[in-house]
Amino acid sequence: MSTKIKDTQKMIEEVLSVYPEKSKKERAKHLAANDPTGQCSTCQVKANVKSRPGVMTVRGCAYAGAKGVVWGPVKDQITISHGPIGCGQYSWWSRRNYYNGRTGIDAFGTMHITTDFQEKNIVYGGDKGLDAAIKELHGLFPLGRGIGILSECPVGLIGDDIEAVSKRVAKEINIPIVPVRCEGFRGVSQSLGHHIANDTIKDYVLGKGTLEKTTPYDVNLIGDYNIGGDAWASRKILEEMGLRVIAQYTGDSTINEIGIASKARLNLIHCYRSMNYICRTMEENYGIPWMEFNFFGPTKTFDSIRKIAARFDEKIRQNAEAVIARYAPLMNKVVEQYRPKLEGKKVMLYVGGLRPRHTIGAYEDLGMEVVASGYEFGHNDDYKRTYPELKEGAVIMDDATLYELEEFTRRLKPDMVGSGIKEKYSYHKLGVPFRQMHSWDYSGPYHGFDGFPVFARDMDMTVNSPTWGLIRRKK
Amino acid sequence: MKIRDHSELFKQQDYQEQFERKKEFENPWPAGKVKEISEWTKTEEYKELNFKRENIKINPAKACQPLGAVFCASGFEGSMPFVQGAQGCVAYFRSHLSRHFKEPFAAISTSMTEDAAVFGGLNNMLEGLENAYALYKPKMIAVSTTCMAEVIGDDLNAYIKTAKEKGVVPHDLLIPFANTPSFVGSHIVGYDNMLKGILKALWAGKKGESNGKINIIPGFDTYTGNYHEIKRLMRLMGIEATVLADVSDTFDSPNTGEYKLYPGGTPLPDAMDGVNALATVALQKYSTVKTTDHIQKEWGQKTLTLSPIGIRNTDAFFAELSRLTGKPVPSAVEAERGRVVDAMVDSHPYVHGKRFALVGDPDILLGMMSLIMEMGGEPVHIVCTNGDKHFEAEANELLASSPFGAHGTVYIGKDMWHLRSLLFTDPVDILIGNSYAKFLTQDTGTPLVRIGFPLFDRHHLHRQPIIGYQGALNLVTLLVNTVLDELDRKTEGSASFDVIR
Repeated sequence: MSTKIKDTQKMIEEVLSVYPEKSKKERAKHLAANDPTGQCSTCQVKANVKSRPGVMTVRGCAYAGAKGVVWGPVKDQITISHGPIGCGQYSWWSRRNYYNGRTGIDAFGTMHITTDFQEKNIVYGGDKGLDAAIKELHGLFPLGRGIGILSECPVGLIGDDIEAVSKRVAKEINIPIVPVRCEGFRGVSQSLGHHIANDTIKDYVLGKGTLEKTTPYDVNLIGDYNIGGDAWASRKILEEMGLRVIAQYTGDSTINEIGIASKARLNLIHCYRSMNYICRTMEENYGIPWMEFNFFGPTKTFDSIRKIAARFDEKIRQNAEAVIARYAPLMNKVVEQYRPKLEGKKVMLYVGGLRPRHTIGAYEDLGMEVVASGYEFGHNDDYKRTYPELKEGAVIMDDATLYELEEFTRRLKPDMVGSGIKEKYSYHKLGVPFRQMHSWDYSGPYHGFDGFPVFARDMDMTVNSPTWGLIRRKK
Repeated sequence: MKIRDHSELFKQQDYQEQFERKKEFENPWPAGKVKEISEWTKTEEYKELNFKRENIKINPAKACQPLGAVFCASGFEGSMPFVQGAQGCVAYFRSHLSRHFKEPFAAISTSMTEDAAVFGGLNNMLEGLENAYALYKPKMIAVSTTCMAEVIGDDLNAYIKTAKEKGVVPHDLLIPFANTPSFVGSHIVGYDNMLKGILKALWAGKKGESNGKINIIPGFDTYTGNYHEIKRLMRLMGIEATVLADVSDTFDSPNTGEYKLYPGGTPLPDAMDGVNALATVALQKYSTVKTTDHIQKEWGQKTLTLSPIGIRNTDAFFAELSRLTGKPVPSAVEAERGRVVDAMVDSHPYVHGKRFALVGDPDILLGMMSLIMEMGGEPVHIVCTNGDKHFEAEANELLASSPFGAHGTVYIGKDMWHLRSLLFTDPVDILIGNSYAKFLTQDTGTPLVRIGFPLFDRHHLHRQPIIGYQGALNLVTLLVNTVLDELDRKTEGSASFDVIR
C-alpha cells in the first residue's frame, strides 16, 4: 500500500472519529482512499445502502429520481405529483430540463400539477380523486400525449391502486397513463426511483409510437436530461457524425420518442446510473446493443466520438474524424485561454449520476486535478468505473454527510468544490469557490463542443472571482 | 473568444434547424392545432372549465407543513430542525430554502424507509437523535414530521421520551416537537405548529415576574430585511423585544470565511422568558393562529396581531404598540412616515386606477391589497391557494372598506392556472406574486412585481424590508418602477417615450 493511500486512510479515520460507534463503523465502509489499479482490497467503498438517520445525508428519494429525473422532462406528458402538495412544489422546474414547446398547450415541463392530498384522501383513499383529476386534466389539456402518475409517500402507505385507475381511465381517454410507484420511502435514494421509472417506460410506452422509416444510423441518446441544453449540444455532434437520433431519453423528449426508441440500432448512454436499466431492457427484448460515452471536455469527447463511430461503417468513421478535425482548433483555443488560469487547481466533487467520474476529464483538460469525488446515490458499478479515473490516494465518498464534506474540505483544501444547492452556500460562507454541478449553476450546456467553452468559462469565474478576496476572515 | 451559453446558443441557426429536424420523431401536433388550443385557453369558455375542476391543482402557490416547521425551528439559538420521516423531504426543504435565501440551510432527516413503514419509526428516531447530537452538537432539536410518519402514526412524544430514557441524548436536551402532516394546511400552518411546539417545550410551566418586554412573532416571513427592520423599530421605540423564531441570522449571516451551523437565532433564555413578557405581537395572522391562542390560554398573556404592511397597517401597529407600552411613537418614526407618504403622493399618478392581480400567502396578500388601495390602485384578482374562509372574509371586508376595492374578487383554494384564465378574460396592469408567477407573465404579458415566497430568480429582494414605513417605501419603489418600466417598454419608438416621468 502506498503512502498516498495510507495518508488518505488516516485522514478518513480522523474525520470519522466523532461518530457514535455504530454509525462510525457504518460510515467507514463508504469512505476510501482511491487505488486506480484496483489491487488494494480496502480501497473500495460500499454503496447503495441506507443512509444513517440523523447524519444529514444529501440524498433525496425515489420520487425525486422518478419524477425529477426520468419522467419529468418528457415534455408532452402531463406529470401528476400524486399525493400531498410539497413534493411537486419543491421539484418544480428545478432541474432545468430544457425543451421546445408551448407550455400548458402541447408541453407541460414547467408546470406543477398535483392531486394535493387532504386528510380525507388519507382516510378514504385517493383513487377516486385521481380518476376525476385525470379527466379534468385531459379536458383542460387535450394535446397532452400521455399522463404520468408519480406517487408520493402516502399513496403506497394507504394501499391505493393507481394501476387499476390508470388502466381504466386510459381506455376511456385513449392516451397512455403511466402509474409510477415511486413513493419516497422506497429504496435508499433517488436511485430506486430511476429504476422504477425505467420499468414503467418498458411496461407502458416502449415499443409504441410512430416512426415512418428506419436507417442503419438510428441511435438513441439515453441518460441526457438536457440540463441547460446539454442534450441538444450532444445531439449536434451525433448528427454531424451522420447518425440519426430518433429518441432522447428524456431531455426534451416526447412520448412518441420514448416509444420508438426500440427501433434504434444502438443505445448511447451518458448517465449510466439513471438509465442503464432501459438499455438492458432494449438489449434483451429488442437486441439493441448499448455503449457508454462521455461528452465532457475535448479529450473524452474525441475519444467517445471515435468509439461510437467504430460501431458503424467507414462513412461514419470518416465523418467522426472530420468532426474532430473541425472542432479541435476551437477546443485548443478554449484550453489556451483558460488553462493558464486553472492549471494545478484542486477540485472536490460530490454529485450524482454520471458527473463524479464523467467530468474528471474535462477538469483535466483545463489542467485541474480532482482530489476527491463521490456519489449521492451511486452503486458499486459506478465506483468501479470511477477508481481508474482518479489519482492514487484521492478520497472516494459515498453518500457523504454535511459534516464529512466540511471536514474533507478543511483537510484537502480544494481550490473549488462542485456539488449541489444544499452544499453551495455553506461553501460560500467558507470562502471556498463553488459551482453547482447538478444544475450547472443555471448555466450550461456543458456537453459537447458547444458546452466545453461554457464549462471552462464557468470554472474560471468560480475559481478566480475577485469576490473571494473580499472576504475578511476572522483571525 | 466569445462564449455563448444557453441564453444565446440555441438561437443559432444550426440549433434552430436541429429543432426542426427533431420534430420528425416527436409526433408533434400540427402548428394550427397548437394555435387553436392556445387561443381557446384564453377564452371565457376555458375559464369556466378551468374553474370547474375540483380534483387537481395546477401551479398552486403553497408548500407543505414541514417546510414551515423547519423554517421556524431554525430561528432559535443552537436549534437543529429534525424531521421524522422519509429523507427526500428534507433534501427538498433544504434546497427550496437555499434557493430563495441564497444561504445554507441545515436540517436532519431520520431517513425512514420500507421497514419503518412496517415497524414504525422508533429506531430511526433513536439513531437519528444520537447521530444528530454527536455530529452537530445542537442545543435544541426541534422535531417535525413528514406525511410518511403521520400516515403510519409515529408517536413523537413517546419516541422522544424513549430516546431520553435510553440515554441516546442527554436528559435535559430540549426536544420540542410538532405534528406537521403535509396533507393538512400548508407551510404557514407548519410554522404555527412548530412554534407552538417549541414554546410549549421551552416554557414548561415556569412563569415568573413580568419582564416588561414584548414578544414579536414574525410568522412565516421570508424577508430577512423585515427581521432587521422590526428590531430597529423596537429600538427606536425604546421597547425591549424578543423576536420569537428569529431567522435573520440563519438566512442572512455575514461572510467571515467560516461556516457556522448555528449562526444565530433567538437566544434560548430569552425565548424561555417569553412567557413573562407584557404581550405578544404577531406580525402575521394566518401563520400564528394556534401559537397566539396558546399564548393567550396557557400563558395568560395578551396577544395582538398587527401586520405592518402599508401605511395604515403600520399606523395601527405603532398606535397599538404605544398604547400597550405607554411609550410615545418617536419623532424619527413619524419622520419616516412623512417621507414615505411624500413618496406615495409623488408616485400616485402611476398607480392610481391601475388594476392588480395578486397571488401569495394570506398575510402578504392582505398587506399588499391595503398598500395598493392606499395609492389608488385596484386589487382585482386575489388568489390565495392556502387561504381559508377566515381569510376570504377578511379580504372581502378589506375590499369593501375602500372604493378602490370595488372590482376585487377573492379566490381561496385556487391556483395560478386559475389566475391565468382570469388574466386572459379580465386583464390587469400588474401582477404580484412569487417567481413562479413569471410563467403567467410569459403567457399573458402582465408585468410581474416579485413579492412573496419563493423568490428564486431575482437576488436579494428578500433582504429589503417590506414592513413598516421603510418597507412601504421599498414596496412603492418596486411597484411604481415596474409600472414605469412597462410604460417604457410599451412606448419604445413612440413620442411617449418620455425622459421625465
